[in-house]
Amino acid sequence: MVDVQGLVNELVSKLRRRKVEGSRATARLTAELLRSVISQSKLPPTNQPAALIDAVRDVGEKLIAANPIELAVGNIVRRVLHIIREEDHSNTRDAVEGFRLSVGGDNDYIVEQDHLNLSVAAQSSLCRPSLHALLERSPDSATTYFTATTEDDSEEKRKSLDPNARSLEFRRKVISAVNDLIEDINTCHLVIAELAVEHIHHNEVILTFGRSRTVKEFLCAAKEKKRSFGLFVAEGAPKYQGHLLAKELAARGLQTTVITDSAVFAMISRVNMVIVGVHAVMANGGVIGPVGLNMVALAARKHAVPFVVVTGTHKLCPLYPNNPEVSLNEMRSPSEVLSFEEFSDCMDYRIGTGAPQLHVGNPSFDYVPPELVSLFITDIGGYYPSYMYRLIADYYSSDDLVIQQKPAS
Amino acid sequence: MDPRRASRTVSDPKIRQVGFFAPPPDRSFSGPPDPISTSTPNPAAATTTAAAANTSSPPPISDLSPSGNSLSPVMIPPPRHSSDTTHRPVPFPPVSPLRRDTLSLTVGSYNNNNNNIISSSPTASFYDESKGITVKVSPTPAASSFPGGGFDLTAVKASSVPASGLTTVSVVKTLPPGFTEKVGGSVEMQNDLPANSKPLKERTSKAERRALQEAQRAAKAAAKAEGSKLSATTSGAVASANAKPTKATKPSSQKNDSATVASSEKKGGDRPPEKDRKKDAPHPRMQYDDKSRVEKAKRRAVVKQTEARNRVELFRHLPQYEHGTQLPDLESKFFQLDPVHPVVYKVGLQYISGDISGGNARCIAMLQAFQEAIKDYSTPDEKTLTRDLTAKINSYVSFLNECRPLSISMGNAIRFLKNRIAKLPLTLSESEAKAFLQSDIEQFISEKIILADKVIVKHAVTKIRDGDVLLTHGSSSAVEMILLHAHELGKQFRVVIVDSRPKLEGQLLLRRLVGKGLSCTYANINAVSYIMHEVTRVFLGASSVLSNGTVYSRVGTACVAMVAHEFRVPVLVCCEAYKFHERVQLDSICSNELGDPDAISKVPGREDINYLDGCTNSENLQLLNLIYDATPSDYVSMIVTDYGMVPPTSVPVIVREYCRDQVWI
Repeated sequence: MVDVQGLVNELVSKLRRRKVEGSRATARLTAELLRSVISQSKLPPTNQPAALIDAVRDVGEKLIAANPIELAVGNIVRRVLHIIREEDHSNTRDAVEGFRLSVGGDNDYIVEQDHLNLSVAAQSSLCRPSLHALLERSPDSATTYFTATTEDDSEEKRKSLDPNARSLEFRRKVISAVNDLIEDINTCHLVIAELAVEHIHHNEVILTFGRSRTVKEFLCAAKEKKRSFGLFVAEGAPKYQGHLLAKELAARGLQTTVITDSAVFAMISRVNMVIVGVHAVMANGGVIGPVGLNMVALAARKHAVPFVVVTGTHKLCPLYPNNPEVSLNEMRSPSEVLSFEEFSDCMDYRIGTGAPQLHVGNPSFDYVPPELVSLFITDIGGYYPSYMYRLIADYYSSDDLVIQQKPAS
Repeated sequence: MDPRRASRTVSDPKIRQVGFFAPPPDRSFSGPPDPISTSTPNPAAATTTAAAANTSSPPPISDLSPSGNSLSPVMIPPPRHSSDTTHRPVPFPPVSPLRRDTLSLTVGSYNNNNNNIISSSPTASFYDESKGITVKVSPTPAASSFPGGGFDLTAVKASSVPASGLTTVSVVKTLPPGFTEKVGGSVEMQNDLPANSKPLKERTSKAERRALQEAQRAAKAAAKAEGSKLSATTSGAVASANAKPTKATKPSSQKNDSATVASSEKKGGDRPPEKDRKKDAPHPRMQYDDKSRVEKAKRRAVVKQTEARNRVELFRHLPQYEHGTQLPDLESKFFQLDPVHPVVYKVGLQYISGDISGGNARCIAMLQAFQEAIKDYSTPDEKTLTRDLTAKINSYVSFLNECRPLSISMGNAIRFLKNRIAKLPLTLSESEAKAFLQSDIEQFISEKIILADKVIVKHAVTKIRDGDVLLTHGSSSAVEMILLHAHELGKQFRVVIVDSRPKLEGQLLLRRLVGKGLSCTYANINAVSYIMHEVTRVFLGASSVLSNGTVYSRVGTACVAMVAHEFRVPVLVCCEAYKFHERVQLDSICSNELGDPDAISKVPGREDINYLDGCTNSENLQLLNLIYDATPSDYVSMIVTDYGMVPPTSVPVIVREYCRDQVWI
C-alpha cells in the first residue's frame, strides 16, 4: 500500500511539473499506475467492486488534479472505472444467474428473466448501455442460461467457491482488462497505420502540423505500401515539434518540406489532405490540438481540403467542451516566444495603473470545433465527428463522467 | 565613314527588304529601296541625296497638302514625332555620330528632313514656310500635340497610333540604340534597335535572324489586314524613309500597324491611350524554370548566385539561391564595380543583409539612391541623357533585383521614374534635367509615400475607439504610425502584436510601441485564434494590393485575416496607393519570394531546437521559407489608402483612375 502511494505521488508530481506530457505517455503511465493500484489495494471481503472503484477514483482524482489539461489521464481513469464496473456487472449477472439456478428449476424461468431485465434496467439507468453490452447481452444471457441449465453441477460449484477465490478472480479479470487497455494504448498507432492505405493514394500532397507519433506511423505505413506523396510539415511553434517530425519522416524516405506556420494558408491550396494528430477529442467531436491547429483547420475549410484527425481511443474524452480555449488550455512560459533577455526592460509596470505594459500570450492548445473536422481515424475505424458521443458511451460509464465532484463535496 | 556606309547600305536594304518586304514581295518594293541604295554608293553626295529625298518625298505628299515642301514634312512628322520628342535634346548631328557606323547617308538626309519639320521649334526659320503648321507644332514638342496638328486630317487617333509605330521603326533606324521611351519595353526595344540599326554594320547574321522574324510578323500582319497591299506599300514607304509622306500610305499604315500593334508595341515611342492600356498590362515575370532565360539573366548578373541544391519542386519558377554567399562576395567587389553607382551598391548590400526591409523603406532607399546616382550622372559624349540614363537605371534596377527581388511598390516607383526620364522636356540642359528628375523623385517620396501615410493615419485613426483591442501582424510602418498617432490623441486601447517566424519583425514593433508607452500583448501567430476572442479590430499592412482585391503581404497576414474573419472581427488593410498594382493573383504560389531556408531550421533564442541542424542537405528534406502570401479579398473588410477608405472591390478603380495619373503626371 505504501509503495503504491509512493507511485501515485511520483506520477502526480511528474504531471504537476509537466515532466510527463503528451496524451500517450500520460495515458500509459496512468493505466500502469492504476493497474498496480488495483493489484495492491486491500479489498474488504464484501462489496469489492465498490471499494475498488473508490480506490481508483481517489487516485484518479489526484492525478487529474495534478494536470487537469492532460485529458488523457481522466480518460484512462474513467476507462479503468468502466472496466471495473463491467466486470462487476458481469459478476453480478453471474451471481444472479447462479442464484436463480440454485433457487428454482425450469419453471421459474420467466420470473427470473423478469428479474434479470429489472436489474439490467436498473443498471442502464445508471449507465447508458454500451453498444457492446447491448449487442452481447441477450445472447449472452441466453447462452449462459442454457449452459447453466445444462451444467447445473458446475454452476453449483462455482457458486460455492469461497469469497476469497471470487475476489481474486474478479481482480484478475480487471487487471487483465487493464492490461488490454495498456496494450491498446501502446499499439493503437499501428492499428491506425493499417488504415493509411485506404486514405492516401499516389501523388497526394499532405500537410501535417506539429508532431504526432500516430501521424508519423500513418504516413510511414502509406509510404511502405509504395505510395509516393509529398508532405508539408508545419513546424508548430513554439514547440517546433514539426522539425523533429520532418527529420524523422525524411529519414524514412518521405519527401518532406518544412514550412513555417504562417505559410500554412499559402500552401494549403496545393494540399490534398490535412492529417493531424491531436491532444484530445471531445464528446461533441471537437478537437483539442496543438496551438495553431484551428488556423490550419480554417484554412483547410477555406480551400475545401479534408481535415483528418488520427487518434487513438484513449484520447476520446467524454466531456463536452465549454469555452475550451480558456478552460482547457494552459499558458506556457513567455520565454518560448519572447526572449526575456531582450525584453526584460519592457516588463516594467506602468506607473499608476499597476498593469504590466507588456503581456505575452503563449497558449499551448487550440480548440477545433467539430464543423472543421472532416473525419476521425481511430484504431476502431473511421468516424464522423457527430458520432463521437456514441463512441464515448462504449468506453465510459456515465457514473464516472464527473470524477472530481464526489470527493470535492 | 565610307566603308561603313557602304557596308551598311548593303545590309540596310537587306534588312528592310526582308523585314517588310519579303512576305509580300510583289508590291511596292522596288521604288523605295532604290533611292537608298543609290544614295549610299556616293557617300560624298549626302547633301544631294538629302535633297533628293526631300524632293522625292514632297511629290507624294503634295497631293494632300497644298504647300508642297513644308507640308511634306508635316505629313512626315506625325510618325516621327514620337521619336523626335525623345530625341530632340540631342542636336541632329550628334545623333548620327551616336549611330556611328549605322548612319547611312540616306538616313541622315531623311532625318534632316524630319528635323526640319519637327525639331525646328528652336529654329523658326524652317517653319516659316508653313506658318499654320509651325504654330501648332513648334510650341509643344509633345507627341500629343503632333497628331492633332499635323495629322488630324482623317482618323486622327487610329492613324496616329500606327503612325507612331511607323515612326518608331523609322526612328529606330535613325536613333542610337540606347533610346528607350518606355519603362517596360526598354529591353526589348533595345533588342529591336540593334536589329534594325546596329546589326547593319557588322553582325549581319543576327540582323538577318531578326529580319526573318520581322518578316514573319509582317507576313502575319499582312495576312490579317485586308488592305495587305497597302501595308506592303507602307512598309515600302517605311523602308525608304523618303517615300513615307505619301498620302496613300497613311491609311495603309494604320492598318498595317494596327495589325502589328502587338509586335510593334515594344518599339516604344509615344503611344496613344489605347496602346497604353495594352502596354500597361504587367509584363510576365521572369519564370525561373525557364532555363534559357535564366541562363541569359545569369550572364548579365552582377551578383554571383549559386543555385540552392535542395530546391522545392513546387517553387521552381522562383529564384532559389543559396543565401549568405553573395554578401561577402559583393562586399569584396565594392571598389571594382563600375557599372553600379556606389550608393546603389550600398542599398543593394543593405537589401541582401536585410538591413533595409519593409516596402516603404526599401522603396525610399532605392529612390534616394537613384537620386544620388542621378546627381552624379553625366551624359557621356555621343549619348542622349534620356536613353543613357534609362539604361543606367535599368542596370541599377537589375542589380537591385539580383540582390533581392523587387517589390511591387518598387516596381511602381521605377516605372514612375523611367516615365519621368522619358518625358523630360527635350529643351532642358543636362543639369536642369537632373535637377528636374531629382525633384521628381523627392516629390514622389514625399507625396506618394510620406504624405500618403499621413493621410492613411488620419483616416484610420477615426476607426479606433476607446477600449478597442487592435491586432496587427508583423511590422507595418503604416500601422505603427496609426497606433502611435491614436496613442498621441489619447485614445485608450490595447495592441496585440501577432508575430510569425522566421523574421519576427513584430518584436521590433513591440519594442518601439512599448517604448512609446502603449500597452501591448505579444503572441505567436499560432495563438491567433486564442487571442482573437478579445480583439475588436485588425490592422494589417500590405506589400501590395492587387487589382482583384488580393492583399499581397508578409506571410501570415492571410492567416490572421482568415481567423479574424472567422471571429467576425473587421480587418483593415493599410496600404499606400502607390503600392496598388493592376496585376491579379489568386494564390501565393505563382508569384512569391523565397527567403533563406536556413532561417527555418534555426530558432533564435531557442538553442534546444536543433532538430534540423545538418539536415538541410538531405535528399528528402526541404525547407521552404515563403516571404509573402496573398490574402483573398473576402477576408478584407476595408482598405485604408490615401484616397480614402475603400472596399477591396474598389481597388481596380483606384488603380485605373489614380495610379495611372501617378505614372503619367
